[in-house]
Amino acid sequence: MSDEKIEAPILTGSITVPKIKENASVNQKCHHATEKHMEKLGFPIVKPVDWKEKALKKMKELLKKYRSLKLYLDICVRCGSCADKCHYFLGTGDPKNMPVARQELLRKVYKKYFTVEGKVLGGLTNAEELTDEVLEEWYTYFHQCSQCRRCSVFCPYGIDTAEISMAAREIMDSIGVGQKYCNEVLGKVYDIGNNLGMPGPALRNTLDFFEEDIQEVTGVDVKLPLDVEGAEVLLVSPSADFFSSPHVDSLVGYAKVFHKAGISWTLSSYASEFANFGMFIGSYSVMKKVATRILDEARRLKVKRIIVGECGHAWRVAYSFWNTLIGPFDFLDPRYPAPQHICEFTLDLVNRGAIKLDKSANDEFTVTYHDSCNVARATRMGDKPGGQFEIPRALIRASCNKFFEMPDNVNRERTFCCGGGGGLLTEELMDLRVKGTQPKAQALKDLMESHQVNLMVMICAICKAHFTHILPYYDIPMEAVGGIHQLIGRAIVL
Amino acid sequence: MGDFIEVGDKKIDVDEDGFIHKWDDWSEDAANVLAKTENVDELTKEHWVVVNYLREYYTQYKIAPMIRLVLKETGKRLGQEKAVSNKYIYELFPSGPAKGACKIAGLPKPTGCV
Repeated sequence: MSDEKIEAPILTGSITVPKIKENASVNQKCHHATEKHMEKLGFPIVKPVDWKEKALKKMKELLKKYRSLKLYLDICVRCGSCADKCHYFLGTGDPKNMPVARQELLRKVYKKYFTVEGKVLGGLTNAEELTDEVLEEWYTYFHQCSQCRRCSVFCPYGIDTAEISMAAREIMDSIGVGQKYCNEVLGKVYDIGNNLGMPGPALRNTLDFFEEDIQEVTGVDVKLPLDVEGAEVLLVSPSADFFSSPHVDSLVGYAKVFHKAGISWTLSSYASEFANFGMFIGSYSVMKKVATRILDEARRLKVKRIIVGECGHAWRVAYSFWNTLIGPFDFLDPRYPAPQHICEFTLDLVNRGAIKLDKSANDEFTVTYHDSCNVARATRMGDKPGGQFEIPRALIRASCNKFFEMPDNVNRERTFCCGGGGGLLTEELMDLRVKGTQPKAQALKDLMESHQVNLMVMICAICKAHFTHILPYYDIPMEAVGGIHQLIGRAIVL
Repeated sequence: MGDFIEVGDKKIDVDEDGFIHKWDDWSEDAANVLAKTENVDELTKEHWVVVNYLREYYTQYKIAPMIRLVLKETGKRLGQEKAVSNKYIYELFPSGPAKGACKIAGLPKPTGCV
């Protein structure tokens, strides 16, 4: 439990391919979900005696349901393009963290039971039986994938390891082998409405604090409304925005933007979570149940628009899945995107001159931007291709004077995961997380030295939490982590 | 479950991360034992200001207070006009407010993107 033994890799000045170290991260395992966590989500609470048959049955079901999964398992030619693209491989040197090897863990079982050549030729085609040992490997290494999809950018066939890892996790949950971090959090959303388990009165108390704080600092009466029926906008943000630093500074930024724009808005104590870990565990039904809270609340509060806060994976869920998951949103005002990202909303106000930003308020910062994986590679934003890259950058340029881009190999669609995405933001994986942060830490360190960058902003709650804890291992202060609306909140002229 | 800490001659159940399971199992002696697991050698008056506040807040709201409330209230209770800094809390509790301080105060581990 002590962090003492964790050592960050030494930053050498470049991102290099490590020496292969067999089993280097085999002991990095997530805590298992307990019976209580599994039951809440409707999964079996223990591994049944006939777990193997049940797992294969689930696999068959998924292969039928998701044609992409079958395709990805069929078409890999082992060219190796992906091998050195995963931050966990680069950080640990464990060959099973090469994306091709990670995929192979599921692929070899697929071959054995679902392909003619695998059934006939077996091991000659790398087919392998599903055994306790294989299941253990699955649990370990599919929980060392942050589902960031960087490898898929470099795969000539576009094989998406994230989808394979989601399928593997779904199969494991279906036989009572779940991961504690994700499943516990999802249970709290079911019971209370958010990942933190923050009840309504605590949320109100928190919002009161910010109203007083903004008043004290600026002298302006900015409200953070909760559960207001008939508001124009329902704002759904990750619950970390109500709890952690630097997340809370972006919440203050959102509030000031709505205030200055004169648009009525509300937060909700029922739909108090934008995050949706249902995606991480690959469960469509859980993802739907979590997302439905937002739909129900938007109807109940009779809002006209839904705007969402700074959260990476949830933007993927919202942008890419909401429409079929919980849509159509025909009860909302059709003049606005549904859902709309807070960055798109704010940039439009800036461009129209509806809010004014004083860049000099951020003169103490020299800023860079970290593209969060799900925003960069799994979504768009606004109405133009590449909007998910350009809109956040336009906001940064509008709110500060000194902005420097990360180098091309770690930027935009080539960005590296922070090191804690995909349901891995948990204490017991600390060593893996520290090592997986190496590529991004290297890039940031270079910018700190070459351009005196002292703030890396981002629009993902997981990235913010992860970097805040991990960057100090690389001698980078936690204060170097921030949100885009933190910059906006400081620069906005009230 | 299996994991426990020893406080005097009592065994207290904790989870895999060393957080106490039952609210009522906590005591000042337990806090001293938990502090050792969080690289805090001795709980000083300043530590107790934070720990007591966390327990009071949890009693009322069933969740740990968010970071900015901790900073403000700690400052207030130390007789200062201003909130204490994030750095101050990390100096007291090296693994931070959400992990170290909550564990020592006997609160459940905060979950989510924290």
